[in-house]
Amino acid sequence: MIAKLILEDGSVFVGKSFGAERESFGEVVFNTGLTGYQEVLSDPSYCGQIVTMTYPLIGNYGINRDDFESVRPFIHGFVVREHCEFPSNFRSEQSLDSLLKEYDIPGISDIDTRKLVRKIREHGTLRGVITTSTEDEQLFVEKLKQTPNPTNQVSLVSTKSTFMSPGRGPRVVLVDFGSKSGILRDLVKRQCDVVVVPYNVTAKEIRRIRPDGILLSNGPGDPKDVPEAVEMIREIMGEYPLFGICLGHQLFALACGADTQKMKFGHRGGNQPVKEFETGRTFITSQNHGYAVTPESVVGKDLEISHIAINDNTVEGLKHTKYPAFSIQYHPEASPGPYDSSYLFDRFLNMIEEFKKEGKVHATTR
Amino acid sequence: MPLLANLKKILVIGSGPIVIGQAAEFDYAGTQACQALKEEGLEVILINSNPATIMTDTNIADKVYIEPLTLEFVSRVIRQEKPDGLLATLGGQTGLNLAKELSEAGVLQEEGVKLLGTDLEAIKKAEDRDLFRDLMYEINEPVPDSDIIQTVEEAVVFANKIGYPIIVRPAYTLGGTGGGIVDNEESLREVVASGLKYSPITQCLVEKSIAGFKEIEYEVMRDGIGNSIVVCNMENVDPVGIHTGDSIVVAPSQTLSDREYQMLRSASLKIIDALNIKGGCNVQLALDPYSFQYYVIEVNPRVSRSSALASKATGYPIAKMAAKIAIGYTLDELENPVTKKTYACFEPSIDYVVTKIPRWPFDKFVSANRKLGTQMKATGEIMAIGRTFEESILKAVRSLEIGTYHLELKEATELSAEELERRLVVADDERIFLVMEAMRRGMTIEEIHNLTKIDLFFLVKFNRIIDFEQRLQKGDLDHTLLRDVKRLGFTDRKIGELTSKSVEEICALREKNGIVPVYKMVDTCAAEFEAETPYYYSTYEEEDEREETGKKRVIVLGSGPIRIGQGIEFDYATVHAVWAIKEAGYEAVIINNNPETVSTDFNTSDRLYFEPLFLEDVLNIIEAEKPEGVIVQFGGQTAINLAEGLERHGVRILGSDLESIDTAEDREKFEKLLRQLEISQPLGKTVTNVSAAVETAKALGYPVLVRPSYVLGGRAMEIVYNETELRGYMEQAVKINPQHPVLIDRYMLGREVEVDGICDGKEVLIPGIMEHIERAGVHSGDSIAVYPPQSISQEIKQQIIEITTKIALGLKVKGLLNIQFVIHDEKVYVIEVNPRSSRTVPFLSKVTGIPMANLATKVILGGTIRGEGFTPGYHPEAEHISVKVPVFSFAKLRRVDITLGPEMKSTGEVMGRDKNLSKAIYKGLVASGMKIPTYGSVLVTVADKDKDESLDIIRGFSDLGFKLYATSGTAAMLEGAGLRVTVVNKVSSGSPNLLDLIRTGEASIVINTLTKGKTPERDGFRIRREAVENGVVCLTSLDTAKALLRVIETITFGTESMPQFMNPKQEAVLHG
Ligand SMILES: Nc1ncnc2c1ncn2[C@@H]1O[C@H](COP(=O)(O)OP(=O)(O)O)[C@@H](O)[C@H]1O
Ligand SMILES: Nc1ncnc2c1ncn2[C@@H]1O[C@H](COP(=O)(O)OP(=O)(O)O)[C@@H](O)[C@H]1O
Ligand SMILES: [Mg+2]
Ligand SMILES: [Mg+2]
Repeated sequence: MIAKLILEDGSVFVGKSFGAERESFGEVVFNTGLTGYQEVLSDPSYCGQIVTMTYPLIGNYGINRDDFESVRPFIHGFVVREHCEFPSNFRSEQSLDSLLKEYDIPGISDIDTRKLVRKIREHGTLRGVITTSTEDEQLFVEKLKQTPNPTNQVSLVSTKSTFMSPGRGPRVVLVDFGSKSGILRDLVKRQCDVVVVPYNVTAKEIRRIRPDGILLSNGPGDPKDVPEAVEMIREIMGEYPLFGICLGHQLFALACGADTQKMKFGHRGGNQPVKEFETGRTFITSQNHGYAVTPESVVGKDLEISHIAINDNTVEGLKHTKYPAFSIQYHPEASPGPYDSSYLFDRFLNMIEEFKKEGKVHATTR
Repeated sequence: MPLLANLKKILVIGSGPIVIGQAAEFDYAGTQACQALKEEGLEVILINSNPATIMTDTNIADKVYIEPLTLEFVSRVIRQEKPDGLLATLGGQTGLNLAKELSEAGVLQEEGVKLLGTDLEAIKKAEDRDLFRDLMYEINEPVPDSDIIQTVEEAVVFANKIGYPIIVRPAYTLGGTGGGIVDNEESLREVVASGLKYSPITQCLVEKSIAGFKEIEYEVMRDGIGNSIVVCNMENVDPVGIHTGDSIVVAPSQTLSDREYQMLRSASLKIIDALNIKGGCNVQLALDPYSFQYYVIEVNPRVSRSSALASKATGYPIAKMAAKIAIGYTLDELENPVTKKTYACFEPSIDYVVTKIPRWPFDKFVSANRKLGTQMKATGEIMAIGRTFEESILKAVRSLEIGTYHLELKEATELSAEELERRLVVADDERIFLVMEAMRRGMTIEEIHNLTKIDLFFLVKFNRIIDFEQRLQKGDLDHTLLRDVKRLGFTDRKIGELTSKSVEEICALREKNGIVPVYKMVDTCAAEFEAETPYYYSTYEEEDEREETGKKRVIVLGSGPIRIGQGIEFDYATVHAVWAIKEAGYEAVIINNNPETVSTDFNTSDRLYFEPLFLEDVLNIIEAEKPEGVIVQFGGQTAINLAEGLERHGVRILGSDLESIDTAEDREKFEKLLRQLEISQPLGKTVTNVSAAVETAKALGYPVLVRPSYVLGGRAMEIVYNETELRGYMEQAVKINPQHPVLIDRYMLGREVEVDGICDGKEVLIPGIMEHIERAGVHSGDSIAVYPPQSISQEIKQQIIEITTKIALGLKVKGLLNIQFVIHDEKVYVIEVNPRSSRTVPFLSKVTGIPMANLATKVILGGTIRGEGFTPGYHPEAEHISVKVPVFSFAKLRRVDITLGPEMKSTGEVMGRDKNLSKAIYKGLVASGMKIPTYGSVLVTVADKDKDESLDIIRGFSDLGFKLYATSGTAAMLEGAGLRVTVVNKVSSGSPNLLDLIRTGEASIVINTLTKGKTPERDGFRIRREAVENGVVCLTSLDTAKALLRVIETITFGTESMPQFMNPKQEAVLHG
């Protein structure tokens, strides 16, 4: 079955349909990971996006029970050069194709994905549609031009109700803007007593939980689409040690008065170098963001830039100068990607320790 | 961290001669390193014994020493040059071992030389299997149950404890020399015994076998402050049990989930952190296909063959970065030279599939044991890039130049089911083809998996290729199918065969349907960033990424994989051609597929096409590039063989054209030319049946040299001494018939001389003449070559010069030519003419100072010898004497006869240079790895035909105080001549016999000349093998023996009692 990927700039890629034979719109982005397609397509941060994998052979090791980053994929489409029909790995339970069918997500294969990536690199992220229809492509282009970007992704992916994952360690409130399971996994691994709350939780509700620390999760879309979260953070900052990841980092920045902006085509992959000023070390990080904190906006706020991407100087980490609070733009929970940054969870827990011990507001983050 | 303080002068150690397990990759690494250091304004001193390398060119380092890589000579250089730092981690195992010796001998401390990069402690920890194991336990990284043993008994004890199969691995050896997997005590004893012999520290690791696991490699880098990255990970298609160097390898890994990938990545980084690596490092791991259980196999704390592969696979220049790290830089300070926009501290992402297939020497060594195991046997390798796995591997297969351009082997169809199955289990060099054969015969993927343990992922892909073969055979070749099979990497030729159409028809059909390849860039980042580097591969996609520069271009064809007979020398010439083309103001475009070489370094040429040297692929590139022309004379036989096809397609060949090539290669045409020029060559005739052969031989007179136009048993060229031998040869070696004639030449006993020349069409420059130590009959590539000639008369030289000039002009050579002569009874005969670059070009360029490949290229592009500032004629001979000594890899190749003959056997070469011949040869022999004995005993067994001649030589050794051992026949002869000699038993007459003599190390030199047969059973063969396997000097040519004798004479002092006074009177008085 022939499928097409049509972009708002009028370009058309003709390939083969796999997964669901359904029409689906979304922002077309690319991920440069060599492995980890299962984690990518189940990462809620991709909600509403059509994801292209730059590596041409996808699905080689199949889909297994354990490597999902959320209960279901929220992507709007998957673009690959070739998807593997006969995966080979001892954990494999189904093929990529059957998974996408299961969740009614359309995929397109056999297109020149590198050409697509170069286009996105030149023009920046583009809106597109995957379709098997044969009607005039121009109609789709018009439609793409009209459809505004969605603004409700967080509400779609966040948990509707509070739930807990009991542990004997410090109690961490995990505010779920579309959290990857990896974050929970890393907290649980450290015996944390985790309470997962919806994105629109209020400061009051959090206080009631009496946490030892707050973790703002990753999530999809523009941070400015969730002002209520910014409000909550501004109010509760300083009362508890706080750690923001990805969207959580951007919301923290906004709450501190800094600003965010959309990037040309974002950072998506597991090979992004980030420099940590405190140690002078550079780490290879797992990233997935289309928005970033504007460096200028940090100046004069109670924030200091703790991490930057060495390739394009994007702000990758912030530290509050008065409160026990810090945030990073990338994914210490990896999955997919390198584990090199998991020490940041320990840093967060140390911060909680210090804060408890000294009870003083300005805890060091070491 | 910036450049280390007070670092001005750095000594770089190269890796020496090309041997199995250590090939051209170190020329690539070393060259990059030297350039990287020089661009930092450092003074670079280089030492390497291998003249066939780019790194030993005087424009790569500030000072170059082509001297033996031994403690003695390197120390001299250090004392002379007083460098501030030593960079050894780019010289392979040789470099590391030398660094160890230098520091242990205290030389580094004495001279205050800082060892740069990874420090010795780390090197020791990584290299010494014992220390390494302890470290792994320390940081709890899993290693298979194992034990370090010094004796066979200890090994047996261990085996009985943990059970078989057991793998034996000697410490500090290349390519796993002397190791292997055994499943019973008998073979355990055997392998351990040989392993201990090979290990310089007589130490072996005996280990639980984990054969069948996935073998995964990580190429990692780490800087001084601990920033670590993975440049590339690779998965072996052949599971653990077959040496990575002998495995088909793909990059990146294909069957690992992110969790497995990251688990092994973390392990690798943890290990190099524990080792405190500063530079590049290779980590080999084994992963259970059915769980997360993994084991660390080994770590190479240096750049390696795998890092060269990783560099070419990703575009990331590991060696360059390793050098920068060694002098103090950190990864985040270094720019990624490919994108020029990002930094070296990142992990390359690739958007294609890379396949590497080794090239084995079994086409030359048919008697060799082809079984693949933990000991590497390949001499070289090729790499191919595609957007599908199928495309990648099919391109790889046709890059191999083994006579097939598809995943199939005609001979395989003749195998019996049992044979096929056996060879699927016990892997050899042809296994991948047998897998295909088995599938074609209907064996299921699961069955094949159970026999080979090859991952189902790969088998499914192979099967897909066969599916499409069948679809093509059904014959409905529509647009979609054609497009699909091209996207799977099928050649037009194969498609033609399967659809019974001609190549041209298929090609036309493709073009009609607009199915043409596009060229995509290797950019380290999967297109995330713009890249500067014009490094391309072909594929069947939509977008072509080449940018038109509007400049005039010239294409140079490379020489493909390194194999016996076509080694690094041809890459050397290729690289110089590329540089010359740039100098001449053109864009230089190179096509090659060898990941080890300098020619495929992305900044050598203006455009690099990493592609098969197969007509279709080459024509496609020419179609896209529209060059002024193509140069074929530097890429060895590989490029020469493409000339005909290119010309047929109207491609302009620059330099000597097809006609010259053809005249030189076609026997009839060549004889005709020589007759016209009144130049003599050994009488010879082409015969097509046995009786004619016998006739001819009789007419020519024995001995004769026979060679088939078509090789069967691989015993291609041979010297036969009588009719029985001739008939024997005819039966065993060749399938003689009108299609497969046999060439019979008179064997001319005499000195062999080799010449390289450059001709601009009007005049000829002869940089130098080389004479061989070994007489004609020993392949030019295997003889010790001496420049300038020491023993040939002026008249002969004059004749050689005239003949060379005549032939060059007569053949209308434009560029290089190479001629071999034999001087018989003071008369010069031409053996062969090659109108192309030769094995001796790098050596001769270096010793004469004439940049031969460069000049030839200028000439090819229209210049003249004079125009380029050189004087035609015979270039004045140099003061110093230089010798080129061949280096063999026999220790790695079981059951190969080491006798020197007309078939080439050496894998590499070294150079010795000094004021007199013996000193030069001494250096050469030492550099080649020979431990020259100055006392001890000589074991002599020579064929009857050589007995008389050998006498003086043997006497010479005796006079130097060597004890003589000989088998009865030879002994009788020696005693007859009044020499004291001990008779030893022949092998047949039981122990103790001469084999024991060799094993026990009692014999320090073996002189053995070839008796009739070469079959393994013969004594001679066993003697020679025993010598090789025990590292005893074994000479199979009396000429080499004589040369060695002279050397020993000059480096030792004989002792003689004083002569009596002469005093007749006194006599009278006394007896009067
Ligand atoms: N325990 C083992 N069981 C089976 N095969 C092994 C084992 N260890 C190593 N090998 C095989 O032997 C090969 C050579 O071993 P390695 O340690 O890499 O030696 P080398 O220094 O020659 O590379 C490996 O590539 C692997 O395929
Ligand atoms: N007629 C001959 N008489 C003596 N030796 C010969 C003769 N022909 C060839 N040889 C020996 O065989 C070797 C290989 O022969 P050659 O024609 O050069 O084949 P190749 O193409 O392999 O170089 C030569 O180097 C020479 O030593
Ligand atoms: Mg190895
Ligand atoms: Mg020859």
